[in-house]
Amino acid sequence: MSYVTHADLGGQPGFGPVTPEPEGELFHAAWEPRALALTLAMGATGSWNIDASRAVRETLPDYGNLSYYQIWLGALEQLMLQRGQVFPDELASGEMRHPAAPVARVLQAANVQSVLAKGSPTERPEPGPARFAVGEPVRMRPGKADHHTRLPGYVQGKRGVIEHVHGAHVFADANAQGQGEQPQWLYTVVFDEAELWGEGAPRQNLAVSVDAWESYLEPAA
Amino acid sequence: MSEQHHDHGHGGHEHSEPGEMDLRVRALESVLTRKGYIDPAALDALIDTYQTRIGPRNGARVVARAWVDQEFHDWLLRDATAAIASLGYTGRQGEHMVAVENTAEQHHMVVCTLCSCYPWPVLGLPPTWYKSAPYRSRAVKDPRGVLADFGTVLPESTRIRVWDSTAEVRYLVIPQRPEGTEGMSEEELAALVTRDSMIGTRRVEAPATPGSAA
Repeated sequence: MSYVTHADLGGQPGFGPVTPEPEGELFHAAWEPRALALTLAMGATGSWNIDASRAVRETLPDYGNLSYYQIWLGALEQLMLQRGQVFPDELASGEMRHPAAPVARVLQAANVQSVLAKGSPTERPEPGPARFAVGEPVRMRPGKADHHTRLPGYVQGKRGVIEHVHGAHVFADANAQGQGEQPQWLYTVVFDEAELWGEGAPRQNLAVSVDAWESYLEPAA
Repeated sequence: MSEQHHDHGHGGHEHSEPGEMDLRVRALESVLTRKGYIDPAALDALIDTYQTRIGPRNGARVVARAWVDQEFHDWLLRDATAAIASLGYTGRQGEHMVAVENTAEQHHMVVCTLCSCYPWPVLGLPPTWYKSAPYRSRAVKDPRGVLADFGTVLPESTRIRVWDSTAEVRYLVIPQRPEGTEGMSEEELAALVTRDSMIGTRRVEAPATPGSAA
């Protein structure tokens, strides 16, 4: 097991209370909107996909000590360093010292609205019949994956019920590793609290769901 | 991995080294501009979009329409992506939408325990608390404790339903329409709907009655 994610926080203890904020408060420093915009603009060059960028963010060694936009900026730098688009001496100096690597496209100001409105849908043609149907009991694959995954630790090995079938979507695990989209059926799987947190946990009258690709699931029966 | 999870996740560090992050971002922007990867005017357009055009007022209009228009309400619950798109809200981080409706029996809350997945076209950029370790860790295990942090207390008989956005499906909570709003227009109703109510951490409050102390 060499892949370590620091982002899998569901059910982890010890983080204290949530601090609400007023509705208009989105940024806490002038550099944050710039970091956001740089990330979106570089994402629009098509140099990587969203799953690959999530993989870099969640494996930053100091993830737990970074603020949200520090994570985004750190990951952006890593993605570009990996691809030879920038170099450490350039990040340190702010000066261009190596030739540019070609990018597929550059987001122009005039196109920002249309590019955002278009988005990047992940639904794909169905690869075959869905293996599971609404109402069917399933068990989540046990054990951690040795790569980026969207199967959170707190549901691994747990039994739930299929609640929605969302069609086929780009499979995050494969896409993050540069193995192509490999679309799979995507399901909403709902769990009751005793299954997730044990019979002894305080009762909240709670049900929790995750969205899970078909290869995360096996029949529960 | 729990040793990584000491209690620094929720903010405090952003202000610790004034200027350091500004310089780092400025250096990166300068290099990327010189290399021709980015158009600086596009950065300004992106920032302006999320500061002034795309925010929770979009979602509030969706909710208010659902409250006053039964046909739209049913469409929203059946095919949220299409119903929301009919009001002009489409795109990045809202490609595949599902709407869930709060009732006296069931209260919905949305979280992304793995990162910060959030329906940008209808709610704009997520607030800091939504992306924070306290919210992401606790929402799936202790949602009533999280709700208490927002001052929201629900009857024990109200079932809590938490949606963890682990793929690209994005969830919008339709809050309960408060009593006493029967005569209000769609526009007046939209003004009552808050961002937090559409994530599910608060309820929509009825407006103060005219002449009351509030």
